[in-house]
Amino acid sequence: MGLDLRVPIGMMFGMIGILLVVIGVVTKPDAKTLGVNINLWWGLVLIAFAVFMLLTARHAAAKAKAAAAKKE
Amino acid sequence: METVKLVHVDYAVMILYVLFVVGIGFALKRYMKSSSDFLTSANSIPAWITGLAFISANLGALELVGMAASGAKYGMMTCHFYWIGAILAMTFLAVFMMPFYYGSKARSVPEYLNMRFDGRVRCLNSISFAVMTVFASGISMNALAKLLNQLLGWNYHLSLWICSAVVLLYVLKGGLTSAIYTEVLQFFMIVLGFAPVVYLALKDVGGWSALKEKLSHVATNPAAIGVGDKPFEPNAWTGAWSPMLQGASSNPMGVDIFAMVFGLGFVLAFGYWCTNFLVVQRAMAAKDMSAARRTPLIGAIPKMFIPILVILPGMIAAGLAYDTYKSGKDGYRLPPKAIEAVVYEKAVPAVKAAAVLVATDEAAAVKAVAAAVGMKMLPKQTVDLVKAAPTLSDDKIKAGIQNAVAEINYDGVIVSLVSKYCPMGLLGLALTALLASFMSGMAGNVTAFNTIWTYDIYQAYLAKKRSDEHYMWMGRAATVAGILVSIGCAYFASQWSNAMDIIQLVFGFVNAPLFATFLLGMFWKRITATAAFYGLLIGTLTSGLFHACTLAIGNTAGVKGGYLYLVYDKFPSDMAQNFWLASFAFTVCLVFTIVISLATRQTKTDEDLKGLVYSLTPKIQTEHEAWYLRPSILAIILLAVCVVLNIIFW
Repeated sequence: MGLDLRVPIGMMFGMIGILLVVIGVVTKPDAKTLGVNINLWWGLVLIAFAVFMLLTARHAAAKAKAAAAKKE
Repeated sequence: METVKLVHVDYAVMILYVLFVVGIGFALKRYMKSSSDFLTSANSIPAWITGLAFISANLGALELVGMAASGAKYGMMTCHFYWIGAILAMTFLAVFMMPFYYGSKARSVPEYLNMRFDGRVRCLNSISFAVMTVFASGISMNALAKLLNQLLGWNYHLSLWICSAVVLLYVLKGGLTSAIYTEVLQFFMIVLGFAPVVYLALKDVGGWSALKEKLSHVATNPAAIGVGDKPFEPNAWTGAWSPMLQGASSNPMGVDIFAMVFGLGFVLAFGYWCTNFLVVQRAMAAKDMSAARRTPLIGAIPKMFIPILVILPGMIAAGLAYDTYKSGKDGYRLPPKAIEAVVYEKAVPAVKAAAVLVATDEAAAVKAVAAAVGMKMLPKQTVDLVKAAPTLSDDKIKAGIQNAVAEINYDGVIVSLVSKYCPMGLLGLALTALLASFMSGMAGNVTAFNTIWTYDIYQAYLAKKRSDEHYMWMGRAATVAGILVSIGCAYFASQWSNAMDIIQLVFGFVNAPLFATFLLGMFWKRITATAAFYGLLIGTLTSGLFHACTLAIGNTAGVKGGYLYLVYDKFPSDMAQNFWLASFAFTVCLVFTIVISLATRQTKTDEDLKGLVYSLTPKIQTEHEAWYLRPSILAIILLAVCVVLNIIFW
């Protein structure tokens, strides 16, 4: 299929990650989360995951392009 | 059930998810040119995607909710649904069965049966499967709408129709490919949405060794947190195998080693993972034979570790509940069963009336309230409530009654943890994960349904030799119809939950013997079509009969079995009864299929069966591939890791 699924996955979790980081920055952690700023930390994890997905997608696209160019 | 309040950021996460799944559907629309693009993805998808979709299709919301429930109720032994009950079957599918499914160019599992046997076997399998999938998706959508209603206060009908509309939109646009893609999205959503909850809960309970220690107290005194009356050895909640060694009565699940290994591990697991079109369809959509064979193996890697996300939370919940019991103060409890609104009309006056009684006889007061509610009540909470009742408003009394219910709503365990630990933002993520698994469960069922309907029922029996556009149109129409029927089933399930139990039971009967037919058909060329058909039929009837004549201890005859003529009623639990039923039906189907085959003439020549039966199919050469791409090597590594896991958590 022409659509590389890693791109929408990366975009979606990247956006959710940014959202969580923003919430983490503007709110204070409380007893509910045992004093851990879970939004901030988990937001960063999501962003890292998103970057990984987008980078591998870009890498794959570049490789496919090179292969296509070689064919011609 | 306690309610949860969502704020704008939580809705933002939910809306983002919906936008992306619908967006994926629209982006895939331009690739949907033929009926095979729409219904079977035209063999175009890379293995990592089909692999994750393979397990994701099974990781529906009912699974999430149910596994956490079992984790609290039975502990570590629940992991066997993953280790014994999946990994072995998935590797078998990859190494031995996938070459026939994929190599035969069959578009569906019933179509393979048609090639190997004849139209009768296909007809039996395709119709029962088609009915089963729409009911399964209806049951799960009903559960979703009910959950959203109780948890968030959303309107039942609105939730049901909106979620179905979203599914309809993206399946209609992108077909099977968009169902598979969103399953992968759902997989990551569940992993990334539940992991922080599990982390916080585990931290709260004091880590793994503290949890083990607490669960050993739960095992010796299950009544403390209301999970049972009978005490067990201290390892009953924390060992995967050791609680089974002394037989079925020494573990809370009530299952012995034979029923576990043969019943669950062999018959049920192989029957599900190797023959259920819902999961096999994912592997069939892979881009080539090598990718198709790797699909179940790639799926098996995360599958082994999913218990951390779905079973561990249930075990932690039991541990936390024990903390509360020990401290004697108010705190986390396993969620009590919800009281229906009508019950309050009787229960609130009963509480007020008991206020006089409580001064002289506390036990009688508790009994009076319990009779009005119709459930067991916690004595301390009930007495406190009755004493305070004269000064409380009706709403406060209602909340107090709900809080004092002693019976546990196990299915609420996972949600109770999510609402306990998630702050806004993360809450949106976790609930979106739950929502995602419901919706992609529906999409999975509907895409399996439309393929079976279009190719195995419509094209095979109703309208042969039409143009591909016609079948494409039919595929889309079947999608719409499948969703509408699912919605109908959801309403049916919300009205007649007993009828629903019976239907699910009947599907269990159909599934139990199925693997015997496949196993014999794929590995023995002598098996004839007539034998396969009657063997399957007799196997199915056997499971029905077995159920009608047996009963588990503590159940009354009826939906739980034993209604015909009670022969045997010593099964320690429903689960044990179910595992034995499967073992029995499988064996009967196996024996009859062999006997009838030997008595009838094989009408198919060796040439007909080429590519369909093991001995007549050239072996696939994989030596030229890198070691990490070869199914047999991957399978051995996976099984080794699985053995290690079983030993660690022995």
